[in-house]
Amino acid sequence: MPSLPLEGIRIVDLSQVWAGPLTSRMLADMGAEVINVEACQRIDFLRYFNPAENESGERPWERSNRNLLHRNKRNLTLNLNSPHGIDLIKRLVKISDVVMENFSPRVMKNFGLTYDVLKEIKPDIIMLSMSAYGQTGPYGYYSGLGTAIEAVAGTSNLAGYPDGPPREVDSYISDPGSGVYGAGALLTALYHRDKTGKGQFIDLSEAETVTTLIGGPILDYTLNGRVQSRMGNRHPWMAPHGVYRCQGNDSWVAIAVRSEAEWPIFCRVIGNPAWITDKRFADMPARWQNHDELDRYIEEWTTRLDHYQVMYLLQEDGVPAAAVLNVSEVLLDKHVRANKYFELFEQAEIGTRPCPGVSFKLSKTPGSIRKPAPTLGEDNEYVLGQLLGISQDDITRLEAEEVIGQHPIPLPKSADIVPVELLQDCKLLAGVDSDYLNQIKEYDANR
Amino acid sequence: MEQALDDVKVLDLTHHVAGPHCTKILAQFGAEVIKVERPGTGDPTRHMGPFLNDIPHPEKSGLFFYLNSDKKGITLNLKHPTGVQLLKELVKQADVLVESFSPRVMSSLGLSYEELEAINPNLIMTSISSFGQTGPYRDYQATNMIMDAINGCLYLRGQADRAPVHVGFSIAEHFGGAAGFSATMMALYGRNRGGKGQHVDVSIMASLLNQTDNVVVGQYCQQGSIPNRSYYTARYGVFLTAKDGHILPRPGPGGWETLAAFLNLPEIEDERFATTAGRFEHAEEINELTASRTREEEKVDLFKRAQEWRLPFGYVATTEDLLKDEQYRSRGYFVTVDHPEMGKVTCPGAPFQMSETPWRTERPAPLLGEHNEEILCGRLGLSKAELTQLNQAGTI
Repeated sequence: MPSLPLEGIRIVDLSQVWAGPLTSRMLADMGAEVINVEACQRIDFLRYFNPAENESGERPWERSNRNLLHRNKRNLTLNLNSPHGIDLIKRLVKISDVVMENFSPRVMKNFGLTYDVLKEIKPDIIMLSMSAYGQTGPYGYYSGLGTAIEAVAGTSNLAGYPDGPPREVDSYISDPGSGVYGAGALLTALYHRDKTGKGQFIDLSEAETVTTLIGGPILDYTLNGRVQSRMGNRHPWMAPHGVYRCQGNDSWVAIAVRSEAEWPIFCRVIGNPAWITDKRFADMPARWQNHDELDRYIEEWTTRLDHYQVMYLLQEDGVPAAAVLNVSEVLLDKHVRANKYFELFEQAEIGTRPCPGVSFKLSKTPGSIRKPAPTLGEDNEYVLGQLLGISQDDITRLEAEEVIGQHPIPLPKSADIVPVELLQDCKLLAGVDSDYLNQIKEYDANR
Repeated sequence: MEQALDDVKVLDLTHHVAGPHCTKILAQFGAEVIKVERPGTGDPTRHMGPFLNDIPHPEKSGLFFYLNSDKKGITLNLKHPTGVQLLKELVKQADVLVESFSPRVMSSLGLSYEELEAINPNLIMTSISSFGQTGPYRDYQATNMIMDAINGCLYLRGQADRAPVHVGFSIAEHFGGAAGFSATMMALYGRNRGGKGQHVDVSIMASLLNQTDNVVVGQYCQQGSIPNRSYYTARYGVFLTAKDGHILPRPGPGGWETLAAFLNLPEIEDERFATTAGRFEHAEEINELTASRTREEEKVDLFKRAQEWRLPFGYVATTEDLLKDEQYRSRGYFVTVDHPEMGKVTCPGAPFQMSETPWRTERPAPLLGEHNEEILCGRLGLSKAELTQLNQAGTI
């Protein structure tokens, strides 16, 4: 019996940036051998983002937060624009179970690495292609990232202030959503393969994964012809339901009172002030009608308190409330720490950093973080020499011909550095914690 | 037609959104999902809109329909000993049980994982909850907006000089459902390779951290910086007006030169805009320049023409636009199903396509207790008389 569900499963992963790598990370955490393939001539552009300490260091392509997506994986470099590269990837596919990629749909066709071709090499291969809009249809060659996809998928129109234009959702849905569905899709195909011996092709459109999130508003259109628009922090029927200012600078709490039964409990927690007996707040429909005034009264209470305090007071009596946390507060939150949603892990080049924990919590086969994200081309010898039986001489030749390598070609001068002072000048930061490295060092100690 | 999960039997105790979303995907790929509802009231989403013609009715909720099509439905009162007994009989025949109660509930009903494992050691039990089965917030109450707040997303949404603004749809619950689907499949796959059943603990909060972890790590852990609500719009742009709505222009592999050529806007090739830092600094100016072109065009037309230039634009679609969109139509993404009370209902399909074992949505959401006879008599051997007694006793 394998100790982890995906032990012995080999995945050739050509994906880049976020969605694909998240899928393969979830599978690597649960035992799969994931071989991430990049060309030195066209490495994952995420490698240059948010470099540690905002410095380029010795290897500017190894300092990004991309590391959190690539732990537990192997890295092979291959130039797929060279016939040697194509030959090698095909030989690798022959001994693998899964191939996955998230390029624009024309790319794999141009490489000659479509499912039809790969199926000839390995008849039961499972191939997952993740793309903005899918492999077929009039948008079949279209490309997109994050926000653009969400716009087409219908979610952006529902996001933003009621008196304003649609807003970018400001933290992507399409990538993390597709990443998770992609993992489920691959597991479904693997399950079927184990039963029948058959592989197949999975076509995941990121837009479709996003549209699956808005069934309610879509049904309002298909049933009633109503085109829903932005509600801001309001809810179709719950009142009060909103985001309220708390003590301090830019500090907020979210509160939702779900039912008539919950309203007197909420009133008691806030001290049963006189205004609650006002006719305008007598029942939920009335509160909904008079939400602006209601919000003003509630904020009189919340502005005197810390946002966590409001959350504790209300949650103690079972009323939904949550402090609106910024990124440092999320990391340091006591529930996040207690449940180990982030774990410290030693990484190449940049030392110990928090890393998201294993996504799946399975009682008998818990996954784990076994090794840090590999550096570029770190596993060239292992894959080519050990798995494919290629001689050392040939490996050296491949390096000389720039089919493989261990640094980008051409060598970059620096990472994508955006000075923190500039961000502060443009008023894009709530703050800068100059003590962050210490906070990280003390992270486990303070659980 | 063969489906990947044809042999999988799921007992579905979930309600609201997250759990039903998880089990619906299993159903779309062939699993038999038996939804267990409380007699009388049923799943609370039966009482949530949008309703057909805006008339509240427990068999006419569009939300309930969308989340529960392709499932069979029975009623069982799990506070009655007989109800629990019948459930345990069904557990013996099940591969998977999914529940989304608050963490203490299943134990209090005598249905903890340990108790169910004893009945069926191969059972995979998936528990989907807001904060997970452990931790200081374990018993906290949540709605979508509350989850958005606690995972760091809400703080980043909106304008820096205004309150954070929630998205107008339930990301949290759907992410929880997606995580539940993938985690269940992981356990199922592991079991089939010679493993046993196990307990799968899905925390909606943890699954939402997939959205924010790159910011937590990328900003705070790498540089100590804490972004505010303006950061991402400055970085990635805002939606600009088009003649008939909004559009998001974007440079592609050809860089800003291609964008400038396409829009006939040489001004944006300015040196000042050439770096990420520069684009942060001059965000407003860039937007104004670009909007001067986009507001002359219709959004879908501009989107398509840009894509032909390999510029990854996006256009802001309303729900009406979605139903008209050529791409969704050509892929058969929206399906129409007949429902005995609602008539023809059109809703979204599944989140991915499989070539050998395609998804299917053919069966409407069940009426309350619709399959009581099929399951309780047909599978558990109860007689019709016994069924009537149970009905009268309020057990079903």
